[in-house]
Amino acid sequence: MTGIILLAGALWIAFSAAPDQGGSAQGLQTAPQEGFLAPDFTLQDLNGQTYTLSDLRGQAVLLNFWATWCPPCRAEMPAIAQVYEDYREQGFLVLAVTADDTRADAAAFAAEYDLPFPILTDSSATAARAYRITSLPTSFFITPQGIIQKVVIGGPMSEAGIRANVEGLLK
Amino acid sequence: MFPILHLGPLAIQAPGFILLVGLWLGMSLAEKHSLQFGVKKEHISSIVLAAAFGGLLGARLVYAAEHPDLYLTHPLSLLSLDNATLSVWGGAGGALLGALIYGQRKSLPWAAMLDALSPLLAVMGVALPLANLASGNGYGAPTNLPWGIELWGATRHPSQVYEIIAAAFILMDTWPSYGIEPPRPAGRTFWRFLAWTAGARLFLEGFRGDSTLWPGGIRAEQVLAWGVLALSLWVLGKLRETEAAKRESAPIASRERQT
Repeated sequence: MTGIILLAGALWIAFSAAPDQGGSAQGLQTAPQEGFLAPDFTLQDLNGQTYTLSDLRGQAVLLNFWATWCPPCRAEMPAIAQVYEDYREQGFLVLAVTADDTRADAAAFAAEYDLPFPILTDSSATAARAYRITSLPTSFFITPQGIIQKVVIGGPMSEAGIRANVEGLLK
Repeated sequence: MFPILHLGPLAIQAPGFILLVGLWLGMSLAEKHSLQFGVKKEHISSIVLAAAFGGLLGARLVYAAEHPDLYLTHPLSLLSLDNATLSVWGGAGGALLGALIYGQRKSLPWAAMLDALSPLLAVMGVALPLANLASGNGYGAPTNLPWGIELWGATRHPSQVYEIIAAAFILMDTWPSYGIEPPRPAGRTFWRFLAWTAGARLFLEGFRGDSTLWPGGIRAEQVLAWGVLALSLWVLGKLRETEAAKRESAPIASRERQT
C-alpha cells in the first residue's frame, strides 16, 4: 500500500509540473505582490518633475508609501535616506509616495529631514490603489527588471534590513 | 483578501492576528488533552515558549549571518523590531533547537510529547492557509474553473481554501477524544498527522501559483512533501510491526506468568 501511495505521489509530481517560467510559477503578470511585475504609474515630485515607474527600468527602486502623520514612516526615513546616499551611484533610487499629505506638508517634512530622494504626491491615490495600500508605511523593493522582489508592510524598517534588500536588488 | 483589520483607530495585520489566535487555540486544545498522551499540561506551554524563543533568536541570527558585513557595521540592528529581517529557515531551526534543549533538560518522552503537540500543529495547519487567504500569499495557479477567484490580476485556483479544507479534515482526524485509551504505540498520532499533512501538501501544491520550480517545472515543495510522506509511512509501518510483535508476545508472557 505504501508503495502505491508513493508511486501515485511521484506520478502526480510529474503530472502537475508547471511550465518553466524562469524560476517562479506565476510568470510575468502585473500585481503588487512579490514575484510579479510592479504596477506602473506616473506621478510628479515636489518640484514638478514627472516620474513614470516603467521609465526607470535598469535602476533598483525602493517604492515607499508614507505619510507625515505616520510615526513609523517618520522613524524609517533617516535610514532610507542613508541607504539611498550609499547606493545611489550603483543605480538605486527611492520613490517616496504620499497620498495623504498636501504638497506643503510633504515639502516641510522633506526639508525637516533633508530627504535627498524624490517625494511624489499621489493626491488622487492612483498609485496607492494600484498597490492596494491598506496600511502605512508599505515598501516595495523593485529589481532593475521591474519585478517586485520584496514587500514590507509596516515599519519602521531597520537600516540593516533596507541595505540587505537593496543589495539583493543590485546583485 | 483582508490584510488589515481596522478596529476603531487600530489597524491590525490580519495574517499575524490569525496565526496568534491559532497558536492560542491550538495550545489550549493541546493542554486540555495532554494527559491523555501522558504529558503534563505545563510542558506544552513551556516547550512552545522555548520553541518561540529559539525560533526568534535563530531567525534573526541566521539572517545576520547571511548579511555579516551589514550587522558588523550596525550591530544594534540585531535588536531591531523589524520583522522583515528574519530568516524562515533560521526560525525553523531555532524553534526545533529550543524545543530539543527544553525536552532534553526535562527528560521528556519525545514520542508522547510529539503526540501531545499534534493538536496544536493541526490547528496551526488551518490557521496558516487562513492567514494566507487574508494576505493573498500562497495563491493558486491560473484556472478556468468556475470556482476560481480573482487574485493578483488573474482568475486563480482558491488554493488557500483547498488547504483550509484539507487542514480541517486533518484536524478532525487528529482531534483527541475523551474516554479512550491513550494511543498506542506512542508517536502514532504525530506520524499519522505528518503523513496526512505531507500527502495534502503533495497533492495541493499542484494547484499553487507560487511554487519554487526546479528544472522541468518540478515543484520543490512537492518533492519535499513526498520525502516527508515516505518517512512518515515508513515510521508508521515500523510502529505497526512493533505493536503487532507486542500483541503476539503478550499472551505467551501471560501464560508464562500463570505457570
